[in-house]
Amino acid sequence: MITGIRAGIVAVLIVVTVTLQVSIFSHFSISGVVPDLALLVVIAAALVRGPNYAALVGFVAGLVLDLAPPADHTAGRWALSFVIVGYATGMVRSDGETTVPSTLFLVASGAFIGTSVFALTGLVLREPGVDVAGALRVVPVAIGYDLLLTPLIIPLVLLLFRRLEPAERW
Amino acid sequence: MSHQPQRSRAGLGLLVLACVTIITLDARHDVRASPVDPLRFTVAAVLGPVEDGAAAVLRPVIDLPDHFGDVKALRDQNHQLQATNAELISRLRAVDANDNRDGALAGIARLADTSGYDVVPSQVVGMGPAQSFTRTVSIDVGTDDGVGPDLTVINADGLVGRVVSATASTATVLLIIDSKSTTGGRLGDSMELGFLAGDGSLSGDGSLQFSLVDHTVSPKEGDSVVSWGSRNGAPYIAGVPIGEVTNVHSSPAELTETATIDPYVDFSSLDVVAVVTAVDGRSTSNQAQEAR
Repeated sequence: MITGIRAGIVAVLIVVTVTLQVSIFSHFSISGVVPDLALLVVIAAALVRGPNYAALVGFVAGLVLDLAPPADHTAGRWALSFVIVGYATGMVRSDGETTVPSTLFLVASGAFIGTSVFALTGLVLREPGVDVAGALRVVPVAIGYDLLLTPLIIPLVLLLFRRLEPAERW
Repeated sequence: MSHQPQRSRAGLGLLVLACVTIITLDARHDVRASPVDPLRFTVAAVLGPVEDGAAAVLRPVIDLPDHFGDVKALRDQNHQLQATNAELISRLRAVDANDNRDGALAGIARLADTSGYDVVPSQVVGMGPAQSFTRTVSIDVGTDDGVGPDLTVINADGLVGRVVSATASTATVLLIIDSKSTTGGRLGDSMELGFLAGDGSLSGDGSLQFSLVDHTVSPKEGDSVVSWGSRNGAPYIAGVPIGEVTNVHSSPAELTETATIDPYVDFSSLDVVAVVTAVDGRSTSNQAQEAR
């Protein structure tokens, strides 16, 4: 029951995040790039709850991002990249404490891995519009924008996940 | 504790497998039927109205500077003049093609006349990010308003794109500058036909590559390009202004000359667009496909 409520709150968080990303932050894009709020949520989940939980949150968040309008690419690509980011971030985190520099580093590497994996799956699937030059232009801007929003978003989401954290981790 | 890493890896493996399965299911689809589509439709039906609401909540914030007395009056006047100007320019651009058509096909000339369209006005409520490598937007009208796939979307400046999918209250529009998009185009003064492909630029205004069918003709800088149109007006109706030739280039390896087209529509600041549902009372829905 309690687990259900927790899962519900996380689901609402994911939907709100994706909506913000698609409808509102698209007005504040830097050369077309919109901050990856969903990715920040996945990284926060990894910081609090570890790799397994973060991979699950990443899967759900990525899938919503894949299916929510106006997405028009092959479904599952964001899901795959967020699963990888969530798991990798969770693995690194369990080695040490969460400090400000380490969080910034994890966000930067997470944004790099996430955007790159998405671009790579696009290259493998020969999706139109994906090329290496385009990816190289987009990735640095995405990392920069995500870092810019880290101080605003990460503490809030961390707080929420800490509140939600059950006694034992799985 | 020793079993933890194994469990952890099993979970990761399952999730990655799930992702790969979804990608495989969705990537193998033809143009229309994908097993993931019902899921996509459900998510769109839930999130479409949410995005719609979020955009409506944000609008006052974005329009905040407008709420100052004198500035507001000036802005209103400016908007009005811009709208009038845009309409006049758009008519002027279609004149070339209209004049040519008038001789042989007087009836078709009306198609290019803006007054002949039945449109559903709508607002852009979501834009795809550059990280997704696509140029798509969501608009706040859907099948409830008579909007369905393969309808032409225009704004006061010219051709915006076409509807690729629609739910009850929202629709997704593929912009003509997306690299997936190919549009038939016609040079305004010589009536020559060609194909316009988006250049896939992920930000800003974008541009289009225009290649002519007849390689003995070369486009001139400053020529205007209008849409060629398809059967029953789906997915594109004829005679909508698209853009202006800014640069012509040919390579010895290629038979056709290509031209770079600067679109009239400002794709970086799309707001109010219109979906064309009928031209001169005739529906532009995809009857061609239903008949198949």
